[in-house]
Amino acid sequence: MAQPTDVAVTTAEPSPVPARRDRMRFLRNPKTLTGLVILAGFVLIAVIGPWIAPHDPSARGPELLQPPSWQHPFGTTQTGQDIFSQILVGARGVLVVGFTAAVIAGVLSVIVGVTAGYLGGLGDDLLSSVSNIFLVIPGLPLIIIIASFLPDTGDLAIAAIIGLTGWAWGARVLRAQTLSLRNRDYVQAAKATGESTPRIIVFELLPNLTAVIASGFIGTVIFAVLANVTLAFIGVADISDWNWGTVLFWAQSNQALAQGAWWWFVPAGLCIALLGTALALINFGIDEFINPRLRSPGKEDRAVRMRIGFTPVVRRDYPRDADTAPTAPAPAPAAGPAAPRPGTAEDPTAEDPTAEDPTAEDPAAGTAGTDTGKETHR
Amino acid sequence: MKYLLQRLAFYAVTAWAAITINFVIPRLMPGDPVQALINRFQGQLSTKAIDSLYTLFGLDEERSLWQQYLDYWGNLLRGDLGTSFAFFPTGVGDIIAESLPWTLALMGVTTLISFVLGTGIGIYAGWRRGSWLDGLLPVTTFISSIPYFWLGLLAISVFAVQWRVFPASGGHDASVVPGMTWGFISSALYHALLPAITIVVSAVAGWILGMRNMMVSVSSEDYVLVAQAKGLSERRVMFSYAARNAILPNISNFALSLGFIVGGTLLVEMVFSYPGIGYRLFQAVGAKDYPMMQGVFLIITLAVLAANLLADLAYMALDPRTRREA
Repeated sequence: MAQPTDVAVTTAEPSPVPARRDRMRFLRNPKTLTGLVILAGFVLIAVIGPWIAPHDPSARGPELLQPPSWQHPFGTTQTGQDIFSQILVGARGVLVVGFTAAVIAGVLSVIVGVTAGYLGGLGDDLLSSVSNIFLVIPGLPLIIIIASFLPDTGDLAIAAIIGLTGWAWGARVLRAQTLSLRNRDYVQAAKATGESTPRIIVFELLPNLTAVIASGFIGTVIFAVLANVTLAFIGVADISDWNWGTVLFWAQSNQALAQGAWWWFVPAGLCIALLGTALALINFGIDEFINPRLRSPGKEDRAVRMRIGFTPVVRRDYPRDADTAPTAPAPAPAAGPAAPRPGTAEDPTAEDPTAEDPTAEDPAAGTAGTDTGKETHR
Repeated sequence: MKYLLQRLAFYAVTAWAAITINFVIPRLMPGDPVQALINRFQGQLSTKAIDSLYTLFGLDEERSLWQQYLDYWGNLLRGDLGTSFAFFPTGVGDIIAESLPWTLALMGVTTLISFVLGTGIGIYAGWRRGSWLDGLLPVTTFISSIPYFWLGLLAISVFAVQWRVFPASGGHDASVVPGMTWGFISSALYHALLPAITIVVSAVAGWILGMRNMMVSVSSEDYVLVAQAKGLSERRVMFSYAARNAILPNISNFALSLGFIVGGTLLVEMVFSYPGIGYRLFQAVGAKDYPMMQGVFLIITLAVLAANLLADLAYMALDPRTRREA
């Protein structure tokens, strides 16, 4: 029970040297790097978009429903509005809602999940029931209902709704992780020395949950972006603000499809998909960081081949748990049966809840970050 | 049995919570939505509709909140979901009963196909980790990041507008009378094909990723090693040892992600004007048809709960630990 999460624990190791090494490892992952670069591009557009937009996104022009040209890189709408400018200006709304909602949901999930996992007993039962209920109730219809009852559906209102309804997944994963940390020796030691519960939670537990929190956060951003765009597309959110969903809303309501105006809805959708991919890639990076087994064997690993009479062992310094696991991260299973079992590589989330409740809890946590990403757009 | 009872209790509580949320939402909202609506419809609403509106929004001054709650439950238990504004005076329940089969058929079939297909590919990709199949991962990531409805728009523009292979909207030919006739069924299938393909393409990617990652985790377990050491065929190790264990979390995820699947299917229906409850919800949102929206939400939630229960039963059948007498 105490073993599995060692890798996750190292991620937030307070001593500076291993932390720097770890961060390097995280950034060296090409998936993460690609994701971060794309995300940075979108953030840049969100910040400067309204200034660099060549036209006023709402201004009508003389060129109606024109395909892309130098003048209008993404073409024009039925009323001659420049779609390129709409996309540039709209990026801000999308990212603001995405990140605001994720912050709200993240805070809620930490409060509920960590408290539930740490307290145990009746409090845990109560809090996990609440989060399970929120998990089972279909999120998107709930958000649509709430948003359509609200008189004001500006960006912040939408972000609040998404955040308040979308915290359950993160809470569930965090609870599982906290359960496994709770009985660690160092937490017991902190308890024994008389540290207060809030202090243990904030200074002992939270740093070790960083990776899980981050992955949940990114997953919620993906969900929030999609939910926001969807709300705008079906006309629930305020369509006077430009965002990618609003562009699609106008395209749909003006029969862009029937008129063959592909340029009207293709750019917005591609931007959504690209942003989602970037965030998902970052999450893969975090997942592989937590669970080394998921890594595709890189160059170093590929060098390890099965030979008769030779057990492949790669010596690599793991910052903290070098003593427990001197072996390499798992080589591909295809490498052969004698591959060393990675001592550190237990999937932290999959393993622990099993011990707690073999029936319903373990599976969901198993693919924590990846799945948050995957589910989001439904 | 204990497990089953626990789950049943949980679903009962969740159903109660969903119904209560549905009751509370209109009563929490600021302003007087009824007056706004009456103004919007400019006298087209009958007195009865206005009365039922006030009951719905809880602005009925004479009754306490508790009394309203009891009334609400009473109506629900009689199967009365209120009266639709947009299709006045048709009851919400009737409209939903008419639309639900379309949604259930579309969603049931596509969900099953994408789950089986995605899990199958995931098993293979996870087993052959490090091979060219890993190159599929970025592709599936990209596809799973595409919103369902946008993929639907794209499908319409290519296959219905550009090439005119499939109809762009509707559930069946307007000339065919719904019924158990061959003409109707073939027309319905033809209309369902494009939405179904859209849903499968966007849903399958998620299952591939989930299953692949579970396979990777499981395939370095000791029992897989032992199975290989025993000299069992690779096929057998892959399916009977690794996949069998890796699939459990995927089934559990399946239950949990049903809510998201439903959301996506609703959107695809909206894009294709498919006559299911998603399209009804879309119309209701456009017309501010609050009773309709709430009815749809309630039915969707209850359907998801029922599907979850089915997934639980499947899980019980597959995982002996849940059957263990505690």
